[in-house]
Amino acid sequence: MSDQSRVNRRRRSLVIASACAGGASAVATALPFTASMLPSERAVALGAPVEADISRLNPGEKMTVEWRGQPVWILHRTKEMLEEIKRTDGKVADPKSERKKGELTPEYARNEYRSIKPEYLVVVGICSHLGCAPQDRLKPGPEAFESEWTGGFYCPCHGSLFDLAGRVYKNKPAPDNLKVPPYTYLSDTRVLIGEDKKGA
Amino acid sequence: MAAAEKQAVTGAGPFNGLLTWIDQRFPLMQMWRSHLSEYYAPKNFNFWYYFGSLALFVLVIQIVTGIFLTMNYKPDAAQAFASVEYIMREVPWGWWIRYMHSTGASFFFICVYLHMFRAMLYGSYRKPRELLWIFGMLIFLCLMAEAFFGYLLPWGQMSYWGAQVIVNLFDAIPVIGPDLAIWIRGDFVVSDATLNRFFAYHVIAVPLALLALVVAHLLALHEVGSSNPDGVEIKNAKDAKTGRPLDGIPFHPYYTVKDTFGVVVFLIIFSIVVFFAPEAGGYFLEHNNFIPADPLKTPEHIAPVWYFTPYYSILRATTDEFVLWALAPGVVAFALLIVRSVKSSATRITVGVTAIVLLLGLLTLDAKVWGVVLMGASVMIFFFMPWLDRSPVRSIRYKGPITKTALTLFVIVFFALGYLGTESVTEGRTLAAQVGTAVYFLFFFLMPWYSKMDKSLPEPERVTWK
Amino acid sequence: MKALVVFLAMAAQLALAAEESVRLDSAPIDPRDVASLQSGARSFVNYCLNCHAAGMMRYHKLLDLGLTEQQVKENLLFTTDKIGELMNVAMTRKDAKEWLGTAPPDLSVIARARGPDWLYTYMRSFYRDPESATGWNNMVFERVAMPHVLWTLSGQQVQEERKFKNMEQAEAVGRQQKNAWKIDVLTPEQAGKDGERFILKTIRTETAGSLSQIDYDIMVRDLVNFMTWMSEPNQITRKQVGYVVMLVLLVLLVLTYLLYKEFWKDVH
Repeated sequence: MSDQSRVNRRRRSLVIASACAGGASAVATALPFTASMLPSERAVALGAPVEADISRLNPGEKMTVEWRGQPVWILHRTKEMLEEIKRTDGKVADPKSERKKGELTPEYARNEYRSIKPEYLVVVGICSHLGCAPQDRLKPGPEAFESEWTGGFYCPCHGSLFDLAGRVYKNKPAPDNLKVPPYTYLSDTRVLIGEDKKGA
Repeated sequence: MAAAEKQAVTGAGPFNGLLTWIDQRFPLMQMWRSHLSEYYAPKNFNFWYYFGSLALFVLVIQIVTGIFLTMNYKPDAAQAFASVEYIMREVPWGWWIRYMHSTGASFFFICVYLHMFRAMLYGSYRKPRELLWIFGMLIFLCLMAEAFFGYLLPWGQMSYWGAQVIVNLFDAIPVIGPDLAIWIRGDFVVSDATLNRFFAYHVIAVPLALLALVVAHLLALHEVGSSNPDGVEIKNAKDAKTGRPLDGIPFHPYYTVKDTFGVVVFLIIFSIVVFFAPEAGGYFLEHNNFIPADPLKTPEHIAPVWYFTPYYSILRATTDEFVLWALAPGVVAFALLIVRSVKSSATRITVGVTAIVLLLGLLTLDAKVWGVVLMGASVMIFFFMPWLDRSPVRSIRYKGPITKTALTLFVIVFFALGYLGTESVTEGRTLAAQVGTAVYFLFFFLMPWYSKMDKSLPEPERVTWK
Repeated sequence: MKALVVFLAMAAQLALAAEESVRLDSAPIDPRDVASLQSGARSFVNYCLNCHAAGMMRYHKLLDLGLTEQQVKENLLFTTDKIGELMNVAMTRKDAKEWLGTAPPDLSVIARARGPDWLYTYMRSFYRDPESATGWNNMVFERVAMPHVLWTLSGQQVQEERKFKNMEQAEAVGRQQKNAWKIDVLTPEQAGKDGERFILKTIRTETAGSLSQIDYDIMVRDLVNFMTWMSEPNQITRKQVGYVVMLVLLVLLVLTYLLYKEFWKDVH
């Protein structure tokens, strides 16, 4: 009787040992397959930071630069625009950009104008609702969607509104402010989008 | 109701409940018993019996690596070659996935050839396993098609010109040939259209056929039970009380455990190639295939991948002289031999008429056509083995000296033809290939006679542990 | 049966008679010599990348050779300013064919197609040939369309012929060469009265270049080393992973063997 139980115990420990080793090997084999689905070096190279030349961008004008397949807006704001931003503090859902700070608003953009230099707004031009591209409505004045419009962006898909600092209006389908991408100034006329001073 | 009669599942620890639930709605336990825990296999399987499960293992490797390759490969003539290099360089672990797939293709053929050789050694194709053998041969044909279609995909020089040469063989068929070749290619020469459709065949059409055939192969095997190195039916000696074969052991756990060990040994050899010699001296990944396909420049030396070379040899050996001095007399001699051996006049007349028709064909059609015919025949002849082998015993262990010599010669000739297929054409090599081709076919064509007249030893009643 | 074996052996011998071709020198490359690879990268970018592309190789991968991004940008980036770009050339294949007669092949995987020995011998086998279109010819690649780009470094070579009556003598002299050599075999009719059928072809430096023969050979060695690396940049990782995998499999081998033998104690 004890012989049989010794045999059974030996068998059981061998089975367990083999199963563990085999299981660990199987997981180790699955990892490279999973990793192969991550962005390849080509995707990383294509997603590299993009330089934008803002020397010809006049006040009141907006340019769009492509980074990682996304449209990044650079808006040269006038003094009037900067003042309008203060007036929309009460109309926007998250005036201090406290929601999802780490994701949407890097440190250098956690200020009144959500940018490094007040004159230039740099945001990703994708509505935080379902991804449409909002349209420019930069001039203040009565609009169909808002009688006291002070300037900003209007998303045609479901009617979300953003102010001239990219902050989303209250009670609109979009939940979040427009995302500020990592960026830094290489000089007064050159902006590098996709990388900030810390090399993120 | 079946659900009410079934017993609950036991022995699965915490999973008993779940498995019982499934078993009441799906024949889970019945399948487990009939294919694993109560499927009795002979206890005397030797080294040659690993290759069936190994072939199945390689199939899984090919499918999994194939899926991941398809995520990044571009089946477009302008992008294919570069996309393979993209996988090798820029996709994380892409090089590993690619090398496993290319090495797996060659190892698939190694396992399948050894698996087929086992059947030839031990008469595993004999009654009642003829259908099992036929399914296996169909799998072999699908495997060759799969390898052929897959080889075009890297779009290297060898890929392109290999495909061009083989599709041109169809051109040689009288009357319908040229139109058939155009239909196969989708163009007048191998081109982007051909690449795209070969991709479709390689990725989904042939794999589906392969999977269906493998299932049929295993079902046919389990229906009659496996043979063994002694060729003796274990079902002939059953235990009086339990009805189980005395020389049989349940597949699970004995062969699951043994085959797992076999898989690890296989992985060691496989990994040595994948990690340390993926090109295998130019045999698994050919040097010329690292040059992008150039429709305007034919390489000096086109050879198919090693696993096709024996048949390629046979194709090239079929020259006008060979047709005149070997095939024509061969047809006559063989016809006479059959006529002498059978009594029925109907058979004799049929044989005579067939021989005359063949002779006419041999003397009028191009040797090129007969080369294609012989190449096809060299594979198709395997289908007939269950009926060509007329020995009273199944296994080589109990067959006589003539059969042993014949099989040895066949193996030598198979390797020789394979080697010759990798080299360029010279007079000496052509002659050698012609001799090899003759021996190859004689092995099969003469088998009905030599297998019968050979002196066989008495088969044992129970299996032996040799 | 014996006759068949003898016959096969004879046929095999006939089959094995090799065609005459250039004896390739063995390329003395060491894939672990990082300095050599870096030097080869510089030669490649400076001399080859003007006409030949390496369109499947990304500049960024050069960091694997122990270079920093800064070093790559300053020394190895000429046709572009983005280190993430592929090593392409501005010339399209169509233009190349028109201007040069034939498009220079992409060199990304040339070392896997031709082999390092071929490349090493090729780069050291150019000689002046007044009859060719470019003025240059090559012992390894007859009538090659590529001119001897490195001639200022290697100097100018010319081809020499010496006749011998037997193969062993010709080979003995050939093996003493530091450069490429080959032996052409004439039939007895072509050889004529003196019966010297074996023509040893070698090359001799007529005008020295800026590098000595040894230094030039080292430069070519580094270039070929780099090109071999470039044709499979992951080869070092491949072998490293291989060692780990073998260890794991050995452990599995022991365990599964014990498991197999343990269960099979039941079977008699």
